Amino acid sequence: MLTFRPETEAQLVEAVQAAIAERRRLEILGLGSKRAIGRPVQADAVLDLSGLKGILAYDPAELVLTARAGTPLSEIEAAMGEARQHFAFEPFRPAALLGSADQTLGGLVAAGLAGPRRIQAGSVRDHVLGFSGVSGRGEAFKAGGKVVKNVTGFDLSKLMAGSWGTLAALSEITLKALPRPETEQTLAVSGLSEAEGGAFLAAAMGSAADVTGAAMAGGQALVRLEGIAPSVAYRAGLIRALTGGEVTVHDAAASAATWAAIRDGAAFADRPGVVWRVSCAPSAGPGLVAALRGEMPVEAVYDWQAGLVWLRLDAPHAELLRTHLARAGGGHATLIRADAPTRRATPCFQPQDPALAALTQRVRAAFDPLGLFNPGRMD
Amino acid sequence: MTLLPVPDLIAPMQRAQIVADLRALVPGEGVVDDARSMRVFESDGLTAYAQMPLVVVLPETVDQVSAVLAYCHRNGVKVVPRGSGTSLSGGALPLGDAVLLVMSRFNRILEVDHANRVVVAQPGVTNLGITQAVQDQGFYYAPDPSSQIACSIGGNVAENSGGVHCLKYGLTANNVLGVELVLIDGTVLRLGGKHLEAGGLDLLGVVTGSEGLLGVVTEVTVRILRKPATARAVMWGFPTSESAGDCVARIIGAGIIPGGMEIMDRPAIHAAEAFVQVGYPLDVEALLIVELDGPEVEVNELLDRCRAIAGHAGAVSERVSTSEAERMAIWAGRKAAFPAVGRISPDYYCMDGTIPRKALSRVLSGIRDLSDKHGLRVANVFHAGDGNLHPLILYDANQPGQLDAAEAFGADILRLCVAVGGVLTGEHGVGIEKRDLMPEMFEKVDLDQQVRLKCAFDEEHLLNPGKVYPQLCRCAELGRMHVHHGQLPFAHLPRF
Ligand SMILES: Cc1cc2nc3c(=O)[nH]c(=O)nc-3n(C[C@H](O)[C@H](O)[C@H](O)COP(=O)(O)OP(=O)(O)OC[C@H]3O[C@@H](n4cnc5c(N)ncnc54)[C@H](O)[C@@H]3O)c2cc1C
Repeated sequence: MLTFRPETEAQLVEAVQAAIAERRRLEILGLGSKRAIGRPVQADAVLDLSGLKGILAYDPAELVLTARAGTPLSEIEAAMGEARQHFAFEPFRPAALLGSADQTLGGLVAAGLAGPRRIQAGSVRDHVLGFSGVSGRGEAFKAGGKVVKNVTGFDLSKLMAGSWGTLAALSEITLKALPRPETEQTLAVSGLSEAEGGAFLAAAMGSAADVTGAAMAGGQALVRLEGIAPSVAYRAGLIRALTGGEVTVHDAAASAATWAAIRDGAAFADRPGVVWRVSCAPSAGPGLVAALRGEMPVEAVYDWQAGLVWLRLDAPHAELLRTHLARAGGGHATLIRADAPTRRATPCFQPQDPALAALTQRVRAAFDPLGLFNPGRMD
Repeated sequence: MTLLPVPDLIAPMQRAQIVADLRALVPGEGVVDDARSMRVFESDGLTAYAQMPLVVVLPETVDQVSAVLAYCHRNGVKVVPRGSGTSLSGGALPLGDAVLLVMSRFNRILEVDHANRVVVAQPGVTNLGITQAVQDQGFYYAPDPSSQIACSIGGNVAENSGGVHCLKYGLTANNVLGVELVLIDGTVLRLGGKHLEAGGLDLLGVVTGSEGLLGVVTEVTVRILRKPATARAVMWGFPTSESAGDCVARIIGAGIIPGGMEIMDRPAIHAAEAFVQVGYPLDVEALLIVELDGPEVEVNELLDRCRAIAGHAGAVSERVSTSEAERMAIWAGRKAAFPAVGRISPDYYCMDGTIPRKALSRVLSGIRDLSDKHGLRVANVFHAGDGNLHPLILYDANQPGQLDAAEAFGADILRLCVAVGGVLTGEHGVGIEKRDLMPEMFEKVDLDQQVRLKCAFDEEHLLNPGKVYPQLCRCAELGRMHVHHGQLPFAHLPRF
């Protein structure tokens, strides 16, 4: 397929203008690591942004990093690692489930998928401070700023996070970089039912232990504590006092591996079937899974105090899943892994009620009136 | 002064009809049209501006809000939403040809959900009211604007308000999980909820901080946090603002994100000390207050580390809180900085730019030069952790020309903030106040794109017109695209 591979913002503008003139719908790609999420895009050309790369500014003391959208995450993390900083939202890595190695900053922001620390530190959208990009009108524009606190004008940066490339082709992004905790520890509690585990996680999250990970996987409830060593040790005592179950401790290295697996849905990496990522009220997670188990075989891993449920099913069962989700108080389900024919036949993103869908369409048209960017992706 | 939009002339007959129609939608005391009762609404916290609204409506139910907006939409009547009216940027300033939609009767907490640690509240509940609803169980709502006893949670959402704790705990946007929103045509929408992630485009994210331009918030779901076990404050005096700024950079460089980090300059220190008498050092150029919160072991350890850093950064005095009373005393001056400045000057004008912290000393010396140029004094308080600077310009509105001078001085300060890589507003919003400065920070193409978003929500520009954006082009005009068909002008574009 025809591919545009701009290496400067000026070339990006030209590429989009060419697409407009030629009425070519574009599939926007970084490194393609999450290409297999969502509806397969119906495009006439590829807009490959992986040539727009490089860190433009990074001052650890300002807690701000600006990079071109095509910069690989590995490169950014290496730079932040030297300053003992990171993206606190713990970006999801598609490697385990989708087999792809690295991802670009632009793709990471466009997908907006945060990891376990989301419950404490916020999601991708909470850390994007500003960006430059090219709209579907072929115009280069910018929004937000390059400082950590800013309310000047509409916060379009948040809108970009999780827009899956349907609004603008991002060229440059500024994010918050935060100090990495000095150490971490995970307490694993065995012998609890999922309902009991959910209640335990709720108690842990409501305690003064400042929990940064609350999950259930492999029959255990897991609580992560991060910070300076004496504080972590003290807070571990608070968590132990909340349970009568048997507690084992994962030290820093083991803890990091545990949460990387939860972050990426790795439990299902070698298992067949489809994988959903379901967001619901934390208290509703275990009940939702129990209800689904009455209908079909289900494997579940819970993160975010059970407010994020990774589900492995033999087939999508989208309608049934969403009916139960609505009964559990609502939320949304996104199909993260399935083959292309299945994704073509399934609403991969949560369908919206008509009024919200209409508003969403108007917002999209405000950025991309001809519908050239990633058409169909989020439908 | 910023020019207000010229009101479309609304004839008295027409006004009477609008009032009667609104009375049919909002019965009882909900429609106020006599000048005396409307007078209390003529300004918000930006008191230099005042204007009487066309009529004031105080709805009580979502159905009423929806009906009023739908009516205004059908009849082309403008609407200005208002919470508690504490905006410092004129966001809630009435317009002579607009309905002022006051949300203060939406004052109930609807649900406290401990399992999910959220509170669902109506938008007129005060910021502090949320904390008060959950503090018995040891919880609180983190964003804490200094106006928290008065300002409404709906206004907080509209302004994306902050407070002294927002470096660690985030602004409003980072603590709101969902809203119910009524669009100008009366459509009622839910964005987000108790789940952590709203599906689809992050419309919740863009509604937060939209200053009443996109819709009226009728319900808010916020997350609450467990109150930290301990908090201790320390204050250091520094011989220069540069060394105080350097200390902040070193603390953050050491991987420490304190609960609060505030700098005051010499005039602010003196005004505050004269007002509250808590023992602020008067012989220093800058005072840095740092608060650490969390478990006691953590607080004590980090406090030791910060003290060592402050020593290296050149602190000349130090006071560490050893009791809750002492912690409150250290904060008392900072928290009272605005009224303290109000005592030494008939009027003051509060600015709100954010700068990269490393530019602090350059900006402070620039502000001193501007102070000479405009002939007005200034005191600076600074949310140092996140670079949010609040210069307080002292003036006397009764002296001819001083208000204009204060505004010109303020505009120059904000231009300076943008010039060093910062922004016009960190937490107070653009409103009417900074509207005409938007082109300092954004190109026309950037502003046009923002206004196109506005068009997706409110095509006729009926919601809070004249605020935030300098001039609103007609949406149809903005939406037009000029597409060149035919010959390929892009011959040198890399294609594969
Ligand atoms: C002494 C003082 C100290 C302050 N300190 C701080 C501070 O530390 N940090 C900070 O961030 N701010 C501060 N502020 C500013 C102000 O309090 C905040 O902006 C606050 O969020 C405004 O809330 P409000 O209810 O008063 O809103 P209003 O002033 O009534 O309205 C503000 C804006 O919100 C819109 N709006 C209000 N309610 C709704 C609704 N339900 N739906 C849609 N739009 C709505 C209005 O149209 C307007 O544009 C301070 C103000 C004062 C007077």
